[in-house]
Amino acid sequence: MLELAFKGGKSYWGWIGALLLVIGGAFGLYLTQIKLGLGITGMSRDVSWGFYIANFTYLVGVAAGGVMVVLPYYLHDYKAFGKVTILGEFLAIASIVMCLLFIIVDLGQPMRLFNVPLYPTPNSVLFWDMIVLNGYLFLNIVIGWNVLEAERNGIHYQMWLKPLIYVSIPWAVSIHTVTAYLYCGLPGRGFWLTAILAPRFLSSAFAAGPALLILLCLFIRRVTNFDPGREQIQSLAKIVAYAITINVFFFLCEVFVVFYSQIPEHMDHLKYLFVGFHGKGALVPWMWSSMILMAVGILLLVNPITRKHEGVLAFGCVVIIIGTWIDKGLGMISGGFVPNPMHHVTEYIPTGPEIGITIGVYAVGALVLTILYKLAVSVKEEVQA
Amino acid sequence: MESSRRRFLQLAGISALGLTTKPVLNAFAVEHGSEAPSEIVIKKGAKALKAKQWAMVIDTREIHSTEDIEPIIEACNKIHNIPKFENKNHEIKWIWEEEYKHAFPEKATDYLNEEIEHKPFLVLCNHCENPACVRACPTKATFKRESDGIVIMDFHRCIGCRFCMAACPFGARSFNFRDPRPFIEETNKEFPTRTKGVVEKCNFCAERLAVGEMPACVEASNGILSFGDLYDPESEVRELLRTNYTIRRKQNLGTAPAVYYIV
Repeated sequence: MLELAFKGGKSYWGWIGALLLVIGGAFGLYLTQIKLGLGITGMSRDVSWGFYIANFTYLVGVAAGGVMVVLPYYLHDYKAFGKVTILGEFLAIASIVMCLLFIIVDLGQPMRLFNVPLYPTPNSVLFWDMIVLNGYLFLNIVIGWNVLEAERNGIHYQMWLKPLIYVSIPWAVSIHTVTAYLYCGLPGRGFWLTAILAPRFLSSAFAAGPALLILLCLFIRRVTNFDPGREQIQSLAKIVAYAITINVFFFLCEVFVVFYSQIPEHMDHLKYLFVGFHGKGALVPWMWSSMILMAVGILLLVNPITRKHEGVLAFGCVVIIIGTWIDKGLGMISGGFVPNPMHHVTEYIPTGPEIGITIGVYAVGALVLTILYKLAVSVKEEVQA
Repeated sequence: MESSRRRFLQLAGISALGLTTKPVLNAFAVEHGSEAPSEIVIKKGAKALKAKQWAMVIDTREIHSTEDIEPIIEACNKIHNIPKFENKNHEIKWIWEEEYKHAFPEKATDYLNEEIEHKPFLVLCNHCENPACVRACPTKATFKRESDGIVIMDFHRCIGCRFCMAACPFGARSFNFRDPRPFIEETNKEFPTRTKGVVEKCNFCAERLAVGEMPACVEASNGILSFGDLYDPESEVRELLRTNYTIRRKQNLGTAPAVYYIV
């Protein structure tokens, strides 16, 4: 089936070439980071996780969001999604690949990566994160590939896949739950120390993942002969509408608890993010933009008139993707570190090389996604013809 | 042909998966005691100082200005090859000074005793009895030494994920954001220097206790710092805890710090 990825037009190869160029450039920056150390990033003693871990967290969400097409199809027999499940699964694969790369580029000693499986430590959440992320990658590769191949051969997929498919559904929930547990079980980090962190992560995941999927579906319809379908896109849009609303609701629950209780260790982080703290407030305009974007997203996607207009829907999805990315990618991680547990305020701003390496990881993800979607769409076109 | 090759690849894949889970299974096996635990005997020197849980008492009444604590910090920095970085973001700190409001942020108030407000407080790793950093480490590169309760690091196993730094509520851990060696003023050959990309922190001078010496900071402190076994009712620290009112940093978090302050 892989041979399908080698048959493409000029724009396909141009895009692949451009991605490879970006990846090459970013790899050069990564070599510099290996040589000089993580000092080339904006991270510090006080803010010891930054852009890499933030984007990792966001993409775990996108990966988990893929389950929103898998679950209705396989569990509720919602037939319409049969057409797009493969797109959700392949998006999950590309996202997990990026997640794993973000973890690797964040390590101070990446050559020692295998110390994690060599000295297994069940009391560390990172150990479990390794298991659930790699497991989810494995499940999606096996399921996605075999189901697509069966479709190409015009047969029903193998029966042994069924249990794997069922397992993959709670597994998707687990990846983002365990990722939230990385943060919410730490004493002395008041911003994350909340039981609603995992639910918040999941709700924003189920908004961001399907929103990206809608954009990808619209793109595929435009540039290929395969139409993921209007009904499918509309159903996804309803999922996004509910998820983003729940996400904002969860956030407001957090705001209430924090500001009504007035406990400084919990309140100071939100103050830092939304109004600034001790004269430092680099993220304030970002966080308010995030709130406005998510609110606009809710208005556009909950209202059936705007949701049914695909141009407006696409705009709404873009707005939601950016809004949730700022919320999770910028605010969630550095917000937890500022102020630090000793109440010093050290701000974090990513550096050029750090952003470059991040773009490189996204380019790898885009490359994986392009190749996988090329396969999927080619098979769908074959079957249609 | 096609199908037998595929079958082979499938089997190979499954076998490979089996290999990677072996160490995991071993770990569980050891935990449940189904496998005889390999006897690791650590030979102690004849002069080695021993305790069940080392602890420190800092008598802040004896500290009046930075001059009183500079020699303490300097002694540690020197023997542990701590680099001096210009960039505050990359600082390596094992024992350092903080104002009261930063050492004890939850106890800070606008109407504080003036002397306490301005006096420097020494802070270091608390060698907690229930350390959050040890729970977080994915490779056991940081662990609580069973023999004497020191929270210690294996610089060679640390992968530099910095999970322990997020977990520690005391800011006691530093990461080598760059190669520290060019920034060490005078290298002490008796103690390892570190490489870039690993975390480090105070080790209660485990290397000195092993040869019968008190921690360097304690030795240089002119009696400000006391050191001893928390679980020995006859020890000096227990005597101090019995006769003085002491506080610990962020006691409410349940990590049970082993560094006590007489205020």
